[in-house]
Order: sequence, then structure tokens, then C-alpha cells
Amino acid sequence: MTAIGIEKTGQSEAPLHAEELHRQQAREQWTLLGLAVPALIIVCLIILIPVGWLFYLSFVGNDGELSLQHYAKMVQYKSYARVFATTFQVSVLTTGICILIGYPLSYFLALLPPRWVGFFMLAVLLPFWTSLLVRTYAWLVLLQKNGLLNDFAMQVGLWDTPVKLVHNMTGTLIGMAHIMLPFLVLPLYNAMKKIDRDLMYAAGNLGASPVSAFWRVYFPLSLPGMVAGSLIVFVLCLGFYVTPAVLGGGRVIMVATQITAILENQFDWGAASALGVVLLIATMLFLYIAGRLFKFDAALFGKN
Amino acid sequence: MMNIKQLAMGTAMALVMTGAANAEPITVVSWGGSYGEAQDKALFTDASKNSGIEIVRESGASMSKACLQVESGSVTWDLVVTGSGGAAAAAAKGCLEKIDFGVVDVSDFYKNTYTDYCIGSDVFATVMSWNTDKYGEPGSDGAPKSWADFFDVEKFPGTRAYRANNVDGALEPALMADGVPADKVYEVLSTREGKERAINKIRELKPHIAVFWGSGAQQAQLMKDAEVDMTTGWNGRFDNAKKDGAKVGYTFNQALLDYDCFAMPKGAPNKDTAMKFLAEISKPEYQANLPFHITYGPTNKKAYELTTAPKELIEALPSHPNNVPKMLPVSLDWYAEHRAEALEMYMELLSE
Repeated sequence: MTAIGIEKTGQSEAPLHAEELHRQQAREQWTLLGLAVPALIIVCLIILIPVGWLFYLSFVGNDGELSLQHYAKMVQYKSYARVFATTFQVSVLTTGICILIGYPLSYFLALLPPRWVGFFMLAVLLPFWTSLLVRTYAWLVLLQKNGLLNDFAMQVGLWDTPVKLVHNMTGTLIGMAHIMLPFLVLPLYNAMKKIDRDLMYAAGNLGASPVSAFWRVYFPLSLPGMVAGSLIVFVLCLGFYVTPAVLGGGRVIMVATQITAILENQFDWGAASALGVVLLIATMLFLYIAGRLFKFDAALFGKN
Repeated sequence: MMNIKQLAMGTAMALVMTGAANAEPITVVSWGGSYGEAQDKALFTDASKNSGIEIVRESGASMSKACLQVESGSVTWDLVVTGSGGAAAAAAKGCLEKIDFGVVDVSDFYKNTYTDYCIGSDVFATVMSWNTDKYGEPGSDGAPKSWADFFDVEKFPGTRAYRANNVDGALEPALMADGVPADKVYEVLSTREGKERAINKIRELKPHIAVFWGSGAQQAQLMKDAEVDMTTGWNGRFDNAKKDGAKVGYTFNQALLDYDCFAMPKGAPNKDTAMKFLAEISKPEYQANLPFHITYGPTNKKAYELTTAPKELIEALPSHPNNVPKMLPVSLDWYAEHRAEALEMYMELLSE
């Protein structure tokens, strides 16, 4: 803010007006900052302070002294590395499935005449109105050994013995993709709605085939929405607890499950915090590297 | 203006009411599913009526949550149900109030069903149960009889379920299946090699373990849906599943004998009232009703004399003198010393 005040001396034309303009601009910026204050306070109170506390706890040993014992344990036992690998694997796969299903769906929604959009949007959003737990258990009922899907398929003759659809990675991914899909579709649909259809006609006019017009014009313009949606899905997946716990049958152990196991059995806040800290840092690293590789910060923030 | 006045009056009344601490209901926390229901019917409802102590029931009892309340200085729970091992661990962390044995009478309790920090509520067994359509009724010729049978997928082909994310009661069966006599199990498990031996045995079975269960309710559901053919679990849950039509049977042979108990978080808001309520529900006349609702045995010997339950039901209880000799009592000392290491090793196996 002070920079604006200092700047005035350097400006030559109409000094009086310039000064007044700068003052107004400064006032406006302070006002805008003031609007953000409540949110900033909340962010500090419910995010920064607890996360700081989490960091601190993770470095306190069981004897109350500062120590690295919780981190040492993560190196000592292979389960921790595997759990992190599973967590990222599930998150990447879920995000991938959501893109594969969500992109065509959003495209379809964006092409629909407005009076139909409401109906189909409702279909996308309806799952949001049901509790996560109910949706997860509904999948269990559908997918289990003697569940509806297996029963139906065996009656019709698709397969003879029950197929293992749940209590494993398959079931986890089905459930998670279903729950995460709206988080991808909403930002993506929004981005697609804003793409000017005339651009496609212009591309065609200039000799592009429909396929090449799509890949060279439409797809790049829809990327920011896709990246935003994928990031939301990916990050939400990392902390998921209920769905992998229920549909993974105890075989798909994600970080949240491991944290619960440590807390429930050992009441060990330090060890649990250390896991949280590592997940946080691993996530940041992952996003940073992914951002570098795929340049999605450019796509997301419109930088060149 | 009216609204503000009403609000002020409401607040004043709330203040007056919290001032009268004696009249405040105590918060009793148990588990969900058929277990909590059984305690409601057998213990809580009647004890509350007879003692005049009002209670608020909550589900989702957990010693870690109780400890969190204690450590953050905002205790809202008065009495919490827990497994014996959980109580021992919480007591070691300093999260529990000492029991006032001047108030709670344990003179008729079985030995080893209470400690300075928790009072046994029921005796249960960790058993192996199976689908009776598949392997036959308990006691019949073809039925599984021991942990060796549970781990033998050639003799008993089919899927299994085993404990998830918690090592309690997970290693002992594997060792017995591997030929270790029951009375040597904890001795063997006290070495790292012994723990590895148990883990290796479970690793052999792992390809056949279709589901790792996380709760008693899930054990029952797995058997009801015939999702797996055999599972470990808590005997009362299977009896209740059977009542609901599940084709399930189990054996007490080589089962793990254990108890659940009531503990009080340190700094419980209504400590004295809760202690009185604990004394009330520990009386044999309430425990005598428990078998009608779940087949967990009383911890108070006198309950066996008082109960009006039929003979078959009483003989089916884990703490019945006929059944106790078949089982291995869970060693709290072993869990106090070895639980943390055993859990890490077990989690390593599960994450493979």
C-alpha cells in the first residue's frame, strides 16, 4: 500500500488528480482487504494454528521430549510407505476415472439446450443430497458376493461364479469415482459453457476437421476447468476415509485408515500427527511436480 | 425486543439449571449394533429407573476419544464402555479415574474382570464362526473344531475374514493353529520370532481372507450376507446374527476369553453420580438379564444364581464354568507390553 503513496511523486501529468486517484485506489484496496479479513481470521484459526500444532505434536516423542521417533518408525516399518503408495494410487486412479467419465458427460451437458440442462444437472447433483455413508453402503449392497449385481449377472448368464467386485481395489475405485464425479463435472461444465461455439465454426471454416478443431481449439480451452476439477478430486481423495474403509474390505489401507488405527489402538497423537504432516508435504510435493510436468498452473491461472 | 428478552430469560434459566449439578443427567457411552441395544435393555434402562439417575445415551465409545477429551480438558463423557485392553492402555496414559470400591461392590465379581480403573460389564469370547450351510452345524462330524481347521483351506475350502487395523486377538489364533499349546501362546508371542511366526501363519492364509473386518456389526453382517465362509469374531454378535436368520455357528474351543468394562474418563463432569450409576449396573440383578439380549456372560458370579434364563442359554455363555476351560484367557500384561510392536507388524502384513 505504501508503494502507491510513494509512487505519486514520480508521476508528472496532472499531479493533483493522480494523487487523488492513487488515494482512492489505496482506499479501495484496503477496503477489499477488509472484506477478506473474516475469511483470513477463520483460515488462521481453523487451518494454520491446528496445522502448526500438528507439526509440533509430530516432533514430540512419547516421553514428552522433542524427538524424531515417529518419523523413524515410518522408515522402520514398510507399512507406512505402502500406505502412502496406496493413497496416491487410489487418488490418481479415481481422478483418472472421473476425467474419463466426467469429460464426455460435461461436454454433453454443455451442448444440451438450456431447458434440458436442469434435468441432467439434477442427475449429477442428486448423489450430493444423500449421505456419503449411505451411498457407500449402497455400493456394498450392490457389489458384494451375493449382491444385486452378481445375482443379476449370474441369472442372465454373464458369469457363473460370483465376481469379486468389492472388498478390494475395484470396489473402492467404483465407490470413490461415484462420489467424486460431481466435483469434476461442475467446474468442467462451467468452463465448457464459457467456450464460444463460434470458435469451433471458425476453425471449421479455416479447414480444420471436427476432430482437429476439438483437440486444437475446444480441448485447450476446457483445460482450466478440467485441471481445477481434477485437483479438487485428487486432493479430496487423499484424505478419504469412509469409502475405502467400507468398500476396500480392509485391503485398501489409506493414510486416514492408518491414522485411525494408530489413534484407536495407541492413543498416540504424535505418531498420528507425523502421518498427517508427511501426507501434507507429500501432497504439496506431488502437486508441485505435477504442476511442473503438466504446466497446469498456466492452464489454471491463465498465465502463459 | 421481545426476542432479546426471551433469549436473556432462556440463558438465565440455562445457567440456573447447570448450577444444579446433582440433577444433571450423566452421559453413558457404549457401542452400536446389538451390543449397545443389549446393554440398554438389560442394564441402563432399568438401573436408571431404579436409581433415579437420569442418563443420556451415546454411541461410538472409544478410549482414544475419551483420552482426547481428557487431554483437551473438555470431558463430556461420564461412563464409557471399552475392551479390557483399551482400558489398560488408557489407564497407563492417565486418562481414567480410579474406581471407588467403597461405592462399587465387586466382592462377587470373577477374578480378573475388574481393575483399579475399570469394572467388567460382561465376559465375551473371540471365536471362529462359520457358515453352517457350508461346513455343518457345530459339533457335527465335518464341522471345524480348532484354529488349525480355520487356517486349513484344503480341508475347509472357502473364504475367510479376519481382523482389520487392530491386532487384538489376531495373533493368538495363528499360533494355536501353528501347533503352539494354548498355555504357551503368550510366552511364544513375547519374542519377536514368536510374533513373526504368527504373522507368517496369517500371511499363508491371506490370499483366502476376502475381508478384514473392522467392527462387531460387520462380523455379523458378513455372516448374514454369506459374504465369507468363516470369520473370527465375538460370540454374542454371531448368536444375534443367528437370531436374525444367519446360517452361522461357532465353537468355544481355543477361543480367547476376554471382558468388556466400564471406565470413567478423568475429570468426568458428574463423577460422583456416575460412580453411583456404575455401582447400580454392576449389581447381579441387572447382569442376570444380559443373557436374554446378548450371549455375553456376567462378570458378577451372583448373576448366575439370580438369572431366570433357561439352562441352554446359560450354558452358552462364555463365562460359564463348562466353557472357561476350553478357552485361552487374554493376557492384559502381554498387551500392555507388546501391543504397539505387534500392531506395527500386523499393519505391515495387512498393507502388503
